Amino acid sequence: MTANRLAESLLALSQQEELADLPKDYLLSESEDEGDNDGERKHQKLLEAISSLDGKNRRKLAERSEASLKVSEFNVSSEGSGEKLVLADLLEPVKTSSSLATVKKQLSRVKSKKTVELPLNKEEIERIHREVAFNKTAQVLSKWDPVVLKNRQAEQLVFPLEKEEPAIAPIEHVLSGWKARTPLEQEIFNLLHKNKQPVTDPLLTPVEKASLRAMSLEEAKMRRAELQRARALQSYYEAKARREKKIKSKKYHKVVKKGKAKKALKEFEQLRKVNPAAALEELEKIEKARMMERMSLKHQNSGKWAKSKAIMAKYDLEARQAMQEQLSKNKELTQKLQVASESEEEEGGTEDVEELLVPDVVNEVQMNADGPNPWMLRSCTSDTKEAATQEDPEQLPELEAHGVSESEGEERPMAEEEILLREFEERRSLRKRSELSQDAEPAGSQETIDSGSQEVLSELRVLSQKLKENHQSRKQKASSEGTIPQVQREEPAPEEEEPLLLQRPERVQTLEELEELGKEECFQNKELPRPVLEEQQSERTPNNRPDAPKEKKKKEQMIDLQNLLTTQSPSVKSLAVPTIEELEDEEERNHRQMIKEAFAGDDVIRDFLKEKREAVEASKPKDVDLTLPGWGEWGGVGLKPSAKKRRRFLIKAPEGPPRKDKNLPNVIINEKRNIHAAAHQVQVLPYPFTHHWQFERTIQTPIGSTWNTQRAFQKLTTPKVVTKPGHIINPIKAEDVGYRSSSRSDLSVIQRNPKRITTRHKKQLKKCSVD
Amino acid sequence: METAPKPGKDVPPKKDKLQTKRKKPRRYWEEETVPTTAGASPGPPRNKKNRELRPQRPKNAHILKKSRISKKPQVPKKPREWKNPESQSGLSGAQDPFPGPAPVPVEVVQKFCRIDKSRKLLHSKAKTRSRLEVAEAEEEETSIKAARSELLLAEEPGFLEGEDGEDTAKICQADIVEAVDIASAAKHFDLNLRQFGPYRLNYSRTGRHLAFGGRRGHVAALDWVTKKLMCEINVMEAVRDIRFLHSEALLAVAQNRWLHIYDNQGIELHCIRRCDRVTRLEFLPFHFLLATASETGFLTYLDVSVGKIVAALNARAGRLDVMSQNPYNAVIHLGHSNGTVSLWSPAMKEPLAKILCHRGGVRAVAVDSTGTYMATSGLDHQLKIFDLRGTYQPLSTRTLPHGAGHLAFSQRGLLVAGMGDVVNIWAGQGKASPPSLEQPYLTHRLSGPVHGLQFCPFEDVLGVGHTGGITSMLVPGASEPNFDGLESNPYRSRKQRQEWEVKALLEKVPAELICLDPRALAEVDVISLEQGKKEQIERLGYDPQAKAPFQPKPKQKGRSSTASLVKRKRKVMDEEHRDKVRQSLQQQHHKEAKAKPTGARPSALDRFVR
Repeated sequence: MTANRLAESLLALSQQEELADLPKDYLLSESEDEGDNDGERKHQKLLEAISSLDGKNRRKLAERSEASLKVSEFNVSSEGSGEKLVLADLLEPVKTSSSLATVKKQLSRVKSKKTVELPLNKEEIERIHREVAFNKTAQVLSKWDPVVLKNRQAEQLVFPLEKEEPAIAPIEHVLSGWKARTPLEQEIFNLLHKNKQPVTDPLLTPVEKASLRAMSLEEAKMRRAELQRARALQSYYEAKARREKKIKSKKYHKVVKKGKAKKALKEFEQLRKVNPAAALEELEKIEKARMMERMSLKHQNSGKWAKSKAIMAKYDLEARQAMQEQLSKNKELTQKLQVASESEEEEGGTEDVEELLVPDVVNEVQMNADGPNPWMLRSCTSDTKEAATQEDPEQLPELEAHGVSESEGEERPMAEEEILLREFEERRSLRKRSELSQDAEPAGSQETIDSGSQEVLSELRVLSQKLKENHQSRKQKASSEGTIPQVQREEPAPEEEEPLLLQRPERVQTLEELEELGKEECFQNKELPRPVLEEQQSERTPNNRPDAPKEKKKKEQMIDLQNLLTTQSPSVKSLAVPTIEELEDEEERNHRQMIKEAFAGDDVIRDFLKEKREAVEASKPKDVDLTLPGWGEWGGVGLKPSAKKRRRFLIKAPEGPPRKDKNLPNVIINEKRNIHAAAHQVQVLPYPFTHHWQFERTIQTPIGSTWNTQRAFQKLTTPKVVTKPGHIINPIKAEDVGYRSSSRSDLSVIQRNPKRITTRHKKQLKKCSVD
Repeated sequence: METAPKPGKDVPPKKDKLQTKRKKPRRYWEEETVPTTAGASPGPPRNKKNRELRPQRPKNAHILKKSRISKKPQVPKKPREWKNPESQSGLSGAQDPFPGPAPVPVEVVQKFCRIDKSRKLLHSKAKTRSRLEVAEAEEEETSIKAARSELLLAEEPGFLEGEDGEDTAKICQADIVEAVDIASAAKHFDLNLRQFGPYRLNYSRTGRHLAFGGRRGHVAALDWVTKKLMCEINVMEAVRDIRFLHSEALLAVAQNRWLHIYDNQGIELHCIRRCDRVTRLEFLPFHFLLATASETGFLTYLDVSVGKIVAALNARAGRLDVMSQNPYNAVIHLGHSNGTVSLWSPAMKEPLAKILCHRGGVRAVAVDSTGTYMATSGLDHQLKIFDLRGTYQPLSTRTLPHGAGHLAFSQRGLLVAGMGDVVNIWAGQGKASPPSLEQPYLTHRLSGPVHGLQFCPFEDVLGVGHTGGITSMLVPGASEPNFDGLESNPYRSRKQRQEWEVKALLEKVPAELICLDPRALAEVDVISLEQGKKEQIERLGYDPQAKAPFQPKPKQKGRSSTASLVKRKRKVMDEEHRDKVRQSLQQQHHKEAKAKPTGARPSALDRFVR
């Protein structure tokens, strides 16, 4: 029955929908065929629904051929229609009637009124109660935490708990009411008063103390004003900076920059006039900036901006300009500054450059002299060429820079200006200097500074030159060393392997180095079939053995037992040489001793070493062999399990820690554990410790009276808890630890059986608990 | 100017200092008060400085207490005015020029510190750290107290010092006796006992009593200071060695066949037949153990408090006739004829260590009171001093003309060697330094070959037993000038002795605790700790202390699918694995770096080498 009704309603709904859809469909289908399709499909659906009414599979779900937003179990879909079906719409008749308005209102009222929420079920309510109660109690109890912690950490607890005793007052307070009575006392006090000695404390009245604690009004006011002023100033400045920063005009920024530069220049000029030393420093700073620039390559068209400009440069004149500007700036910054005006220095500098260049060439040539290596030759020539080319640009840069700057001067006003300014300055300074040098005396300071710096520079140059020379000579030596053996060995097979031989000096050198370092591995690597090399090695070994240091090391590790026992020790010069009385037994003993001495010798040492070896062997952990002979292979007398099997079933014992007497040849230390003593040792780490080192540190101080003074002993052995006999120990109260006890129980907030708790209440409760 | 303990008291002292450093605002009343306060007490600022300089109080403890106070809930504190700094002055306003306890020199305190701070501890929990801090504070406090009590050691040791270039060894006993006071001069004496052959002797632990036994059976005990004879008997048997037990009331005598124990009246109390043919005796006072070395090659430990033999160890080295004890750790040193010295403990069947000392047999062994140095002399006529602190290497060696037959250390580290009928004494720089064998400090010739040597405790006296009897000679600076009245009091009465005996018995150290490093007992037994852990893991089936495996937290909004959980888990696992691999790689790198010395870089031209 119900099913039938359901179906009916369904049908009605779908029909209605169709009806609702119809007008639209109608409108649309005229233009498009898809609407038809839609209608067909709906029709199909309807048919299906009808057909399924009598069949078994009545509740067949809607076929979803397309993705739809809403899927209803009743096969209803508001497909196609964009609007929702509202309850009020159903009421709407064809013609509007006023009678229905009231119903509508009622309907809307009903809709606006929310349904009353269901009360939560019992379990949930209880859970919430529990949660809240827990939080409350935890909060209440948490104020005891510090007390508990303190009591736990306390060295000693005394029960019953006592309130803090008023500490013993100092004698002055006790004696405040005391008066001098005896004549002696009176006399003394008289004396004290006469000398204005403070007789009783406190020296200050309570009012005075209070005033001491307070700050003076004036002072406070002043301070406040000061602070206010500072704050206002800061805010003004900030506002200004912000405003300026916001300005987008490039021109403005340019102007600002220019102004800044000019200002800086002016300042510099002034500084030069006023304080030449400071100006020099400033110059140095500029120089440093230049150096930094040279290092950082900031203006070298390699940045992001520069790259973007480079792309644009082809079409955009401005971009090109900007790029060139940057380049010129780079040149200008990276240009090697002419340090001094003197031409001599410059010459010296150029000479230096030449000298710097020369040694490599010389070196190369010499190397060539050793063995005419075509590759080397080629590289050498190319090097020289390069050097020549290198020389040129280094001589030129200034000229180039100037040329460029002049040719493109108009296009780049900014850089141009700067350059011009600088040139101008330089010229001026030059002139000035020359003038000053003519004047000589008055400007001595600057001159001396300059000359001093120049001297330093020249010294440095000389030093570097020397270093270079040293290096060179060493190289030469090395090469000559390399050549001598090579020449000697060249005889056996000079024609066969020319390139090899040519390479030899280099290789030999490396070999030598390796040998010096005592590396054996290299030799092993080079033990390819090469008799010549081996010969070299054999020849070389007498000079510096690679094995020698290793042996030495070994010896260092192990103190020689022989040495230890047979070292000649200085004999004692005793004043009283013992007289040997020829007693019978004494003589006999002496005789025995003599025999013993005669036989005393090496075998003592050998025996000891043997014993030690045995002890070491015995203390080593043993491997476990689990091979079963005859298992998986033939067994019998004389047949041994295969090596593979033995290897597989051999459980190797882990290597123990190194013996204590490893490096002590004359000692055997027993490595066995003293089990009896171990029984007295601590075997379980107590609670707060995680590593035995920590615990050991706490028990290293002895507490016995043998090692401590009486007081210390008593303090170390005080009981943790002391109780007074015959006293009732009451549980701790809030007053005992200084809390104000609250009359109202915090738990009383929660009622025993609250009526209904809805989700709203729940939220409130949760909020409470969170707070 | 602070008044009462305000909440401000809780801030750490550092902050306080900062506040004081800040420039103080000027007060309107300052003009009036400053001069008056300055006039009244110019002390306070200086005093404060003084207090800071003093190292009197363990700072840790102070800070700790403060922090503890700060943890306390806000207790309403009554302002106590009398706690004012000003009010600390007395009635007259005068102040203590040396407030607080007296300062203690740091070096002295350092001497009593026992916590080894060289070992860096890993990061520890706050709780653990607090415990460690407490321990350190305690140590500091106790060591400061001990350092303070150092003041009570009134006596100072003195040495014989020759005038410019004068050799102290040339000073003979007669000169010394002449120079010293009568009481000290009385301590030098000779007992002419030529009848009963060479004598062995032994002083009691208090240094008050002397027992000696002659080879031909003469046994006597006397209070050597007053020369009052306690007993004198002839045991009618060869006497090999003689030794006092824990007190002067008991006397062990190693006779030809067995070991006998007599009381101070010469009455035989025990005859211990399990110790036969004993050649040497040693008594370990804290363990109440009598160690006997026998001709049969056994080292036997006899507990004299209960009369039980604790251990009988076979040294497997033939006849034993060289023995001495290490007073520091109660280990027995035996010298053997194959040139080795073996170290024994009753807890182990094998020697704790064996040291090859001489090419010939060992004739005498002695260990100094700090247990740091061992002197040995052998048949190769050499006298060596070994370091016993783990290395067992000889520190100095000397060849003596005839070799030393007997050796003994004094309490302050003087070494005496008996060579024939001559006794040589060497002195070191101080108490803890080895005696330098360059120059003898004193020499003395006796009327016969030396047979027994011992320094008297707490007296600058050396007792020498020889064929002609007993000689007590003065050796300035030989022994400890201050004695511990509770431990070994030379002036104790009978009653005191009895009390001490009871206490000593109560504090008896078990024999099995004897080991090379007595401080090792204060260490955790790591092996059994690990074993226990392993067993616990086996018992429980899991490691309770292990780090819990990562469990991904459930996430909301459908991101907590099984797949994602597994993925997250795997991520963490992989990260851990990567860490492990990284570590192992690093280790490998380290190994490689260690294996090959750096610098041997392969040349680029190596590729041409065929």
